Amino acid sequence: MHQLATAGGGEKPLLSLSDINMTFGGVKALKNVSFDVRPGEVHCLAGENGCGKSTLIKIITGVYRPADGASIEFDGETYSHMSPVTAQDRGIQVIWQDLALFPEMSVAENIAFQTVLGRWPKLVDYGRMRKIAEDALARLGVTLDVDLPLKEYAIAQRQIVAIARALVGEARLVFMDEPTASLTQSETDHLLDIVRGLSAAGVAVVFVSHRLAEVLEISSRITVLRDGALVGVYPAAGMTQSRITELMTGKTFDQQVRAKPRDGQPVVLDVKGLSRPGQFEDVSLTVHRGETLGITGLLGAGRTELALTLFGMLKPASGTIALEGKPVRFSSNRDAIAAGVAYLSEDRLSLGLIQPQSIADNLVISSLDKILAGGLLSEDRKGSLVGRWIADLGVKIGLQQDAISTLSGGNQQRVAIAKWLATDPKLLILDAPTVGVDVGARAGIFDIVARLAESGLAIILISDEVPEVYFNADRVLHMAQGRIVGNYDPRSASLAEIEGAVYA
Amino acid sequence: MRSFVRTHATEVSLLAVIVAISAVLSVSTANFFSLGNAFDLLNISSVNIIFAVGLLVVLIAGGIDISFAVAASVVQYGTAIALGWIGGGGWISGLLIAGSLGVLLGATNAFLIHRFKVISIVATISTFNIYFGLLMFFTKGVSIYDLPDWLTDRVILFEHEMPDGTWIEITLPVLVMVICVIATWVLITRTTTGRQLYAFGDNPEGARRFGINIGAMQFIAFGWLGLMAGIGGLIQAHYAQEVVPNALYGRELDVLAAVVLGGARLGGGKGSVLGCVLGVLLISITQNGLNLMGVSPFAFKMIIGAIILVAITLSNTRIERLLPFVSQKGTGR
Repeated sequence: MHQLATAGGGEKPLLSLSDINMTFGGVKALKNVSFDVRPGEVHCLAGENGCGKSTLIKIITGVYRPADGASIEFDGETYSHMSPVTAQDRGIQVIWQDLALFPEMSVAENIAFQTVLGRWPKLVDYGRMRKIAEDALARLGVTLDVDLPLKEYAIAQRQIVAIARALVGEARLVFMDEPTASLTQSETDHLLDIVRGLSAAGVAVVFVSHRLAEVLEISSRITVLRDGALVGVYPAAGMTQSRITELMTGKTFDQQVRAKPRDGQPVVLDVKGLSRPGQFEDVSLTVHRGETLGITGLLGAGRTELALTLFGMLKPASGTIALEGKPVRFSSNRDAIAAGVAYLSEDRLSLGLIQPQSIADNLVISSLDKILAGGLLSEDRKGSLVGRWIADLGVKIGLQQDAISTLSGGNQQRVAIAKWLATDPKLLILDAPTVGVDVGARAGIFDIVARLAESGLAIILISDEVPEVYFNADRVLHMAQGRIVGNYDPRSASLAEIEGAVYA
Repeated sequence: MRSFVRTHATEVSLLAVIVAISAVLSVSTANFFSLGNAFDLLNISSVNIIFAVGLLVVLIAGGIDISFAVAASVVQYGTAIALGWIGGGGWISGLLIAGSLGVLLGATNAFLIHRFKVISIVATISTFNIYFGLLMFFTKGVSIYDLPDWLTDRVILFEHEMPDGTWIEITLPVLVMVICVIATWVLITRTTTGRQLYAFGDNPEGARRFGINIGAMQFIAFGWLGLMAGIGGLIQAHYAQEVVPNALYGRELDVLAAVVLGGARLGGGKGSVLGCVLGVLLISITQNGLNLMGVSPFAFKMIIGAIILVAITLSNTRIERLLPFVSQKGTGR
């Protein structure tokens, strides 16, 4: 169902691709895809992980060569394939999701890196480098000390450095792959302003993001891919998040508030006046059996520090924590795990799972004592424990012995949850459980969360995406600058009301 | 000045430690605080500094090399034999032969690492054993004392008697060392190739996406270390006036420790020539001071090991917190 957008009308495209096919080891990654970008427009490329977005970007930037018959037309010239050099020369730039920056090198060198490229050695012109960097930053309306090593700057500024670098080579078309994945709302707003500025200056931007709200906010047209094929091209005006999700996944999701009253249930966690100066102050909260408590707020509001304190990895300066009525003082997270607290880290890739190890080993790592036989680890017990959880949480795997890195983000997150469920927790803290997880897989994870709550587990759900906690928690706490500043019931409060308070 | 202190925290703290140790030694020993002793230190440290700046380049490019010290021994033998063939030679031909042999041995490491994707520590532990094994096998452990006169005669470029009766001398090894240090500094900070080496060590995947030639990076880094190892080997033979097959065995770890002490990071992307030279000097000064204080040489390694541990712990974590103005960050998190 190729539906061509009419917004903007008959402007001649800057980039126009047709008949793009790409095969990796027998798997068709792209099937007859066509794609076009108009000069100065902000165009969103949407689709689930593995739908072919990155492959398409890599073909346009010359990293991959498409199958014969492809046509790539850029600004009046037609190519059967691109090369990285041609792409750069023609002003096609990419800001990769991992930024591809050099943290130990100065901001100036990172931005003006192209001046040190070249096959034969030349002397480095630091003065020119600094000037190029300052000019590029000035175009973005940002001031940074260009002589400092990049590592001195936080992720938001690094993102800006990556954009500045893309602008150095007279960019005409810039690809941004998940540029807001690790930014807070205000940083995202600033980035979106920069994107608008680029667009106004005539630079076309292709924007790839999981966050559909910002996609709708920033782009004029949206191209949706699913399973390597083009679903369609749509004007952003009149689109809704749920419609894009449907197009991306081919399924319909209706989000409904899941909140129910849980006050009658016994209290599992009771926190009174908990403080860690500089991180959070005077936090009091209760979580009942079967209740999901949502905590939202901007990055740096103290959410993660609070969670780590409940998990025994940080020590509170004052205040009390009681689990099932008994006051507890954890000297380490081992105590917390033994007492029935589980914490799913916000950084699944580096902290939550041991990527090269097998699915089975990752799953049992926190509950090794349960698979002992005669004091030694039992492979049989391990296999049955792993098999039970894999089946219970519907994780799609090949073999238990496969490395965890072979799984998709959503399935990895299920294993991470299973790992903690295997410790028989009373309280499960989920810190940003959907970072890097596709829209389709997100719904699956929240279904699991709802089921776990029904079975009596107390859950704290932390997320900086307000809709996540709004639709999936029984109560929502808003944290700002280390304090709890709002307490909402999703059944009576509206999403807009909470978003207004959080993103203000 | 502040920004220099901030971006060169390791170098500044090393300098501070060197000043502190020197102050203690000048009070506690009679001979330490003399220009004569200072120039002695420079003469003694020259070979290690040459090795160190070579190794620095490999560390910056994200590699490590265990084999360069025994490679230098192989170069010493190879050069001695080649000089015999050409009938004696001189400094120019000697440095050319030693340098070329060194580059060849370094390039062998780069070839193994790049072509067969062997990680550098494994590749160079293997070549360390191969080079040393071949050397011992062919020489049967026999030293060479019959070296050309030009190689064994001390070359004093400058000497001057101080009023206190000590002599200050600048010898050929110091000159060669200074040239190697400056050349390395130019390579890694002033040439585009050097910046590509930093970038490659810092983020190999990022460097690859920019089209940097990864193979060339390995060959340049290990070739440069090979060149320095070759030159250092010849200078060591000149200094010792003999070629002993196991004379440099074990030197690789001393030099590695000094380079890491100087702020280079195992893993790449970080390190400076200044820090590297200061790292070697700190170890030499400590060793010299312990000697003058009459401490048993058998205790040296232990004490130096402890100093490296303390210095690295401090420079990695605490220095920034000890000096409040250093840790002030204008921007960022």
